[in-house]
Amino acid sequence: MRKLLTSKWTKVFVFVVSSIPFVLLAIRLVRNDLGINPVETLQVTTGDWTLRFLLFTLAITPLRKTFKLPELIRFRRMLGLFAFFYVTLHFITYLWLDQTFNFSGMLDDVAKRKFITVGFAAFLLLIPLAATSTTGMIRRLGGKRWHRLHSAIYVCGILGVIHYYWKVKSDVRAPLFYAAILGILLLWRVWDAYFRDKGNAPAPARAGVSATD
Amino acid sequence: MLIRRKPELTYADVTPKEVYSNRRQFLRDIGIAGAAAALAGREIYSLAAPNLTAYATSKLNFVKGPFSTDEKITPINDVTHYNNFYEFGADKADPAKNSQKFKTSPWTVSVEGEVKTNRKFSMDEILKLAPLEERIYRHRCVERWSIVVPWIGYSLSAILKQFEPTPKAKYVAFQSFYDSGEMPQSKYTGIDYPYVEGLRMDEAMHPLTLLSVGMYGETLPNQDGAPVRIIVPWKYGYKSIKSIVKIKFQEQEPPTTWNKYSAAEYGFYSNVNPQVDHPRWSQATEHRLGELFSRKTLMFNGYADQVASLYTGMDLKKFH
Repeated sequence: MRKLLTSKWTKVFVFVVSSIPFVLLAIRLVRNDLGINPVETLQVTTGDWTLRFLLFTLAITPLRKTFKLPELIRFRRMLGLFAFFYVTLHFITYLWLDQTFNFSGMLDDVAKRKFITVGFAAFLLLIPLAATSTTGMIRRLGGKRWHRLHSAIYVCGILGVIHYYWKVKSDVRAPLFYAAILGILLLWRVWDAYFRDKGNAPAPARAGVSATD
Repeated sequence: MLIRRKPELTYADVTPKEVYSNRRQFLRDIGIAGAAAALAGREIYSLAAPNLTAYATSKLNFVKGPFSTDEKITPINDVTHYNNFYEFGADKADPAKNSQKFKTSPWTVSVEGEVKTNRKFSMDEILKLAPLEERIYRHRCVERWSIVVPWIGYSLSAILKQFEPTPKAKYVAFQSFYDSGEMPQSKYTGIDYPYVEGLRMDEAMHPLTLLSVGMYGETLPNQDGAPVRIIVPWKYGYKSIKSIVKIKFQEQEPPTTWNKYSAAEYGFYSNVNPQVDHPRWSQATEHRLGELFSRKTLMFNGYADQVASLYTGMDLKKFH
């Protein structure tokens, strides 16, 4: 397992798999096969994958600690960047196909409609995280400051789920499903911090890995 | 970005049932080999699956009616596979999927309330009550998508005029058919059933307001509100209640389903109005199905000349 997780090819594999939703969407777009309301299909699909990748990213730490697999950390940056990639597509479809690059219309939406306000806030908040994801930036910022900045991912996750919940008309099952997963991932952190404080961490992370936790 | 769209079907192209029958669903349901069914076509369809009434529409005789738009008609496949009919699920693909076994015959519509005598109509009586007309109307959903549909029916006033309302009759309330057993997906949709709607008397009597029994030359498919529904083209789509079983004259403004769910978002009037935003999105633009870029939404969905006078002096923001 260790060997598999540290292999260069596993990383390539995760990259390819993470690209599949995009490739499928691109193929459907070129083949004009995006369903009856193509704009909605683009928005919903890119939105769904943004939330999923945010949750994948947030699942790395609980998984690597619970299963004592610190090597999983190798995939976190990539998964986070995929979340940013899909949210960028999500934003572009909105700005281009929905607003037709009408920036004042967009700002009007951001100011007046709370589901767009929170969605837009989450998108803005993800930009500095993506920009400081390089190893150079981590070094420049220093682990502690970088870590503090990147805890904004929790806020992004919460805002993203609220964005989805406020968007749906009345069937809230799907947003509640995402909210439940997010809740578990965040509560795990509270629980983990509580026990670690008591010097009773269930799965102490290895030195060097915890710095980027 | 390369976005190619196939040339749209013309109205003449869309009627053949093989084109818009959901073959795959059909094959799964009756479990016979694909090739055989594809060859045998409609004959096998009617023999082997008599209960699949979703597409078991039949031709209607009609004349061209007034008020039709000359805008491009939305392909029937879009209208039958992308719509809201919450009794069959909240996803826009759900109605086509889940309404297949919905029984629409026999069907009665009861007219009651503040009238001298109540009366029940059979579907046969409704079909023969007035000459059927084709009206090509714009249809604008509150969710910002829109379609152009050739409905078949006659003005709702034709049936309402057969009654002698009491002086108390100020509103007309409508109720949809509901059976939780036949519509199990309705449980997860978050709204109350049966679905109810209503109009002010002058709105209900307006010649644009349609009692519709068909579309695209045939009877209504189940997912689009078979066998009989109301069409109010200058209001958001949810006012155009489907599969009605009751029409009631009454004194009080009737409760309406989406208004009960969220009064701030869905008013009683629900006139299409690009100047009054939905709390969660602007109503200034819409996506016409089949078009990639949004277009401007028109006041009263483009029917201002016909209906604006009904609302003279009213604060349309307050009475949204």
